[in-house]
Amino acid sequence: MRSEIGASMMQNRKSPVAWLQAAPMMLVFTLFFLLPLVFVTIVSAWDYNEYEMIPAFSLRGYTDTFEGCIAGLPDLCTILKTYLKTLKLCLLTWSLTLVIGFTVAYFLAFHVRSKTWQIVLTLLCTIPFWTSNVIRMIAWIPLLGRNGLVNKGLEGAGLIQQPLEWLLFSEFSVVLALVHLFTFFMVVPIFNSMIRIDKRLIEAAYDAGATGWQTLTNIVIPLAKPGIVIGSIFVITIVMGDFVTIGVMGGQQIASAGKIIESRLNALQFPAAAANAVILLGITILIISSLTRIIDIRKEL
Amino acid sequence: MSTFSKMNKSVNRRVVLKGAAGAVGIVAGSGAITGFPYVRSAEPKVLRYLGTAVNEGDEISKKCMEDTGIKIEYITATTDDVTKRVITQPNSFDVLDTEYFSLKKLVPSGNIFALDAKKIKEFDNITPVFTKGQLPNGKKIGAQGTAPWKVLYLEGANSRMFSKTPTEFVTLIPTVYNADTLGIRPDLIKRPITSWTELLNSEFKGNASILNIPSIGIMDAAMVVEASGQHQYEDKGNMTKAEIDLTMKIMTEAKKAGQFRAFWKDFNESVNLMASGETVIQSMWSPAVTKVRSMGIACTFQPLKEGYRSWASGFCVSKAVAGQKLDWAYEFVNWYLSGWAGAYLNRQGYYSAVLSTARANMTADEWAYWMEGKPAVGDIKAPDGTILEKAGARPRRRLLRRSHGRRCLLERGHGRERLHGPQVERVHRRLMPSQDSPHQRMRQVLVR
Repeated sequence: MRSEIGASMMQNRKSPVAWLQAAPMMLVFTLFFLLPLVFVTIVSAWDYNEYEMIPAFSLRGYTDTFEGCIAGLPDLCTILKTYLKTLKLCLLTWSLTLVIGFTVAYFLAFHVRSKTWQIVLTLLCTIPFWTSNVIRMIAWIPLLGRNGLVNKGLEGAGLIQQPLEWLLFSEFSVVLALVHLFTFFMVVPIFNSMIRIDKRLIEAAYDAGATGWQTLTNIVIPLAKPGIVIGSIFVITIVMGDFVTIGVMGGQQIASAGKIIESRLNALQFPAAAANAVILLGITILIISSLTRIIDIRKEL
Repeated sequence: MSTFSKMNKSVNRRVVLKGAAGAVGIVAGSGAITGFPYVRSAEPKVLRYLGTAVNEGDEISKKCMEDTGIKIEYITATTDDVTKRVITQPNSFDVLDTEYFSLKKLVPSGNIFALDAKKIKEFDNITPVFTKGQLPNGKKIGAQGTAPWKVLYLEGANSRMFSKTPTEFVTLIPTVYNADTLGIRPDLIKRPITSWTELLNSEFKGNASILNIPSIGIMDAAMVVEASGQHQYEDKGNMTKAEIDLTMKIMTEAKKAGQFRAFWKDFNESVNLMASGETVIQSMWSPAVTKVRSMGIACTFQPLKEGYRSWASGFCVSKAVAGQKLDWAYEFVNWYLSGWAGAYLNRQGYYSAVLSTARANMTADEWAYWMEGKPAVGDIKAPDGTILEKAGARPRRRLLRRSHGRRCLLERGHGRERLHGPQVERVHRRLMPSQDSPHQRMRQVLVR
């Protein structure tokens, strides 16, 4: 039986119809994803001066990026510090969005009984998306500022004497804004996985005498894994490449991997920007592939 | 009955609007006809104008259409993107509105056309600050930074090399200039600020900010370093690697010590930082100071003893422009310098590069009011014709441009308040005998 299916699949792979069916997607994928990626990689190995790129092989884009990394030891060089900072922000954002996203999804999937309410509440979650990313981010500034609502409120309540400076233009505000912006990307895939969990499994666990916690760790989390991984991929890829949120909420004083690329572009150093893009891509792929190695999404789906 | 009269009214309004539209059409049409009574080229005269939003006003393009028949199509981008576009897509624009500091990147790319100085009618009347690096009275001014006269001339028509001496091949025709300095919150600082060093004074720890457009911000940083006596630059616009390292080291240390609250890149960011009290001292542009003041918050565009960081912008033409289009480009630049636009810019608190023609397009009263800071004799009108200031008023209101070219009329709360921006400078100049002309602030020229 198994070998029959295998054989028919093999045949399908060879059939021109299958190729034709896949062709539009392949074409789009090649034109708008693979080809630009190839160009970026090629350009990253070009030379450059102050105003143009020179189509001659040179690894200057890479060597400039890692300038001082060996000479400066044991101190970390700028690029490594920047990547560590980006990873730190990414890890913080990821764990917070995961906890919050999982909780919200759990509530929606298991505590809200009626389908209508589930839909209504999910739609409610999308309301912030009616305004742009930038506005949602900037809205935090008057709230967290030195003379902002939070500080004034705390001072009014007599809890603090001096305004809290770390509320704005700090790592705190960056992570806050990132979590605010991207939790929803965690909620949707996890919710999607959770509503597919057969409710009878949970009943069975209950009947077998499992505690709430045991049900959660033995049934819900394993079955929601694909959603967790997909949500994590969303959040990690967005945060690793982000420079706008980190820039605005960090008062442009916190460097990130995306920011390096932006500054290189603004300085017209396209090969260096491309080199950094390739490095960032490599690191992101590493993270994602190790995630998918822990949980095979294809199998789980 | 009332319903009927309402309807009637609305109909009337519509008729009137139609009439008005028709009238505008006639006026525009007749303008075009008188402009070109005999031959009209088959091709419509269109120039693609690439620049930041700051100088792209609808009134200017409208008036240009009226006077020359050239239709200006604005292409708006940020400073960095404008430069990027010139280098990567020289065919995507005809006329470029940019600043002198970007020429060192643009000209070597070979995408800038060398304009023929002889075809620029007012070239000899451009203030010598640009063409020779001296004041009209012959006094030499500071040569640091990308001083215009250093990047104004090319060695030949197809040369990518700047010429040290004047030639007939010109890169960028200046249109407007001004100068920037630190902005402060006098109500929170409560003491006089006189030097650039104050930006890094630990007294303002966590309350300072610097401009985050690197090519401009580094100049502010260098002003601070030099003012603090840590280093004397030969030329802030052409630093040695050691000088760059030193400047960045000092700035990095300050940043790590928490001197800066945030960096700003955008006009509105600088306004918000200052207005919300996040910063009390920072690099600032004069219209931004005005905007903070218009919110009823005390803010001063502070003159400093080391001088200002001045800037100037103007027009380049793309290398891809040729034939008839090139003639239109010359016609446009000539029109721009012929006075109307200059007067328009002067009325906004900037300085036109050709002051003589601008002056001819302003009334004596307007000139005295805008350029000399004297009280108005008659009503002062904004470029669009609305009355800006009643007769007898001292300059205390000002028309300014917001970051994206929107104009807005700002009214100071009460006449007693100190003036600001170019007016502060003008008043300041009058108070200080050594500062005798509008060009005097170029004394420490650091053209960005």
